[in-house]
Amino acid sequence: MAQAAEARKRGKSKEPAIDRDQLQQAYRSMLLIRRFEEKAGQLYGMGLIGGFCHLYIGQEAVVVGLQMATGPGDQVITSYRDHGHMLACGMAARGVMAELTGRSGGYSHGKGGSMHMFSKSENFFGGHGIVGAQVSLGTGLAFSNWYRGNDRVSLTYFGEGASNQGQVYESFNLAALMKLPVVYVIENNKYGMGTSVDRASASKDLSKNGVPWGIPGLQVDGMDVLAVKDAAEQAVAACRTGKGPFLLEVKTYRYRGHSMSDPARYRTREEVQMMRTQHDCIENARHKLESLGVEETAFKAIDDEVKGIIQDAADFAQSSPEPAESELWTDVLLEA
Amino acid sequence: MATQILMPALSPTMTEGKLSRWLKHVGDDVRAGDVIAEIETDKATMEVEAVDEGKLAQILVAEGSEGVPVNTPIAVLSVNGEAFTAAPVAAPSPVATPAAPKPAPAPEPVAAPVADKDWGPTKPTTVREALRDAMALEMRRDSNVFLLGEEVAQYQGAYKISQGLLDEFGPRRVIDTPITEHGFTGMAVGAALNGLKPIVEFMTFNFAMQAMDQIINSAAKTLYMSGGQMGCPIVFRGPNGAASRVGAQHSQCYASWYAHVPGLKVVSPWSSADAKGLLRSAIRDPNPVIVLENEILYGQTFDCPVDDDFIVPIGQAKIERAGSHVTIVAFSVMVGVALKAAETLAEQGIEAEVINLRSLRPLDTDTVVASVKKTNRLVTVEEGWPYAGIGAEVVMRVIEHAFDWLDAPPVRVHGLDVPLPYAANLEKLALPQPDWVVDAVKKIV
Repeated sequence: MAQAAEARKRGKSKEPAIDRDQLQQAYRSMLLIRRFEEKAGQLYGMGLIGGFCHLYIGQEAVVVGLQMATGPGDQVITSYRDHGHMLACGMAARGVMAELTGRSGGYSHGKGGSMHMFSKSENFFGGHGIVGAQVSLGTGLAFSNWYRGNDRVSLTYFGEGASNQGQVYESFNLAALMKLPVVYVIENNKYGMGTSVDRASASKDLSKNGVPWGIPGLQVDGMDVLAVKDAAEQAVAACRTGKGPFLLEVKTYRYRGHSMSDPARYRTREEVQMMRTQHDCIENARHKLESLGVEETAFKAIDDEVKGIIQDAADFAQSSPEPAESELWTDVLLEA
Repeated sequence: MATQILMPALSPTMTEGKLSRWLKHVGDDVRAGDVIAEIETDKATMEVEAVDEGKLAQILVAEGSEGVPVNTPIAVLSVNGEAFTAAPVAAPSPVATPAAPKPAPAPEPVAAPVADKDWGPTKPTTVREALRDAMALEMRRDSNVFLLGEEVAQYQGAYKISQGLLDEFGPRRVIDTPITEHGFTGMAVGAALNGLKPIVEFMTFNFAMQAMDQIINSAAKTLYMSGGQMGCPIVFRGPNGAASRVGAQHSQCYASWYAHVPGLKVVSPWSSADAKGLLRSAIRDPNPVIVLENEILYGQTFDCPVDDDFIVPIGQAKIERAGSHVTIVAFSVMVGVALKAAETLAEQGIEAEVINLRSLRPLDTDTVVASVKKTNRLVTVEEGWPYAGIGAEVVMRVIEHAFDWLDAPPVRVHGLDVPLPYAANLEKLALPQPDWVVDAVKKIV
């Protein structure tokens, strides 16, 4: 963050004013994700969503801040905690929710589920259920940009739980060797399922995990959407200008359990409450907007709009029919 | 307006639970995210969070109640400060019950086998040259095709398959990787998901085990999981199976491993024509294709068509030798073993038909079944282990489609069910030899 601020100072003579419209847009995006996830939790509780379902509540500022720094054609890939990323990429709430309920209107016609969703048109490459696999895949997206000689950037997200995997370091090495345009984003929410990062990682400052490969890194306050955006702009700019990979460790927090079936006994209720009441990314943004003069009616309008989208998505996800039985046999192979 | 709060399912398998404690009481204000109750299942105690805001108007299930089914209304929330009315709230529509799964489709009726096209003049070519030529031809044809792997560029290939490709195509399209199969395979799969067409060379398929997750979970399944949006046009190739005296870890046949997986295609060439024609098809295919080569064959010379358009379609077996007394089905280096055995058998008056499978998935059932209907006897030959092997699959298909034509139980010839030993005498004892095939045939003819 300090470096981001430093970079900003170098670029301009004074701190830029916060762009109110941009922050308001970010507030709306974060609220959309939160309300979506709350609704998903509710539908899960009603038995309409099955299997594993990993909610993003608490972490919304990470993906929203990152997306503010990207441009058309940049790719996004992440793990199984992916609903927020999809909405932030511009995928429709209806299609995502209908995939959660396993219906034909879902992005994968009900054949992927919560952890496996994709959108070619929005450059969202999943949605991957195997911890860490998306890190090499995201490096491959960056490789395709390098191969084609364009200036697109791959945003490759993973949790701190994956950060010590072998393939992550293999990917760091490849990306640094070939100067691939990939921003590695470690979403450090402190717990890989029930194991705290202190108990799982000998490396304590994960933003330095790329140092042996010469990959620059920044630690970012992931509960502050503008701090995330600032750091992301720096990382994306480095990638776009051919400097190779960049690593962001975004410190965040998930309010819910690892998945729906996690009672989260490994942390205290006070810890969760403290993060919710004092560090919530949406409340933070709201306070900033209030100090910038945004009025209650504007918040109410955003609230109502978001509620409408989510209710529509939930209705669609329940009314969309189950996939036809013929879907069982399609999409195994493409016609050669 | 009032909203019912329903007994939630807190895990994929929960059907009922105990409502152990209410943390909010009638009249309390509830905000979204507040913990309102605790629920116990046989696995855990979980907190129930409110989804909507409002005032808790009524508790319908007392704390301490056991065996409360999921979706039972447990409380009523009045929303937007409006008074709660006792009017019944419509129960949520029940989850649609999935239709009973249909049984797997019956085996498709077999069709007449397809014969290879005549491609005209040929010239003697090693398998090594054939593979190189196939890659060069396809790389000239499509700029999205590139080769990566260990020692493929500056070293010109650990087995010299990529000789000359760096000179012609440059370092952007012929790429040396570090010895990190997991990472570079994942990277190549990612590039393929974004529309490039990588050829991944494994120095041997033994090392691809380190990358198995990316091959199966990422390359083979993404098309299905994305509802057909995201294909993965990629080729994984390299030597498979035993070479010579390299011991157990470097001598394994992976044919049945890969052939097991829907979403993959698997080919295994024997001759130079197979190698060139199948690799060209594999590179053009929009799906992930595994090309199982064999180190012992790399230096062998076969006649190979010179036509620039020569190609072998995936899924088509080839009858290498016609015969009427027994069908011998083999692939890769074992085709040579089977042909040698057939010569010996011919001297004894037994005419064997030798089928070179070439493709393992999809498997050319038509050609095998048509042959067995003619010969009424079947022997399969493979270098790999017998357990759930390719031979087992071929035999089962013949039983499904031509049981009544069989005059004797089919016999499998295969590598012995042990890790491959190093000692020369033991290694020879563990791998199928022509006389094993001769003996197998004589058991049933």
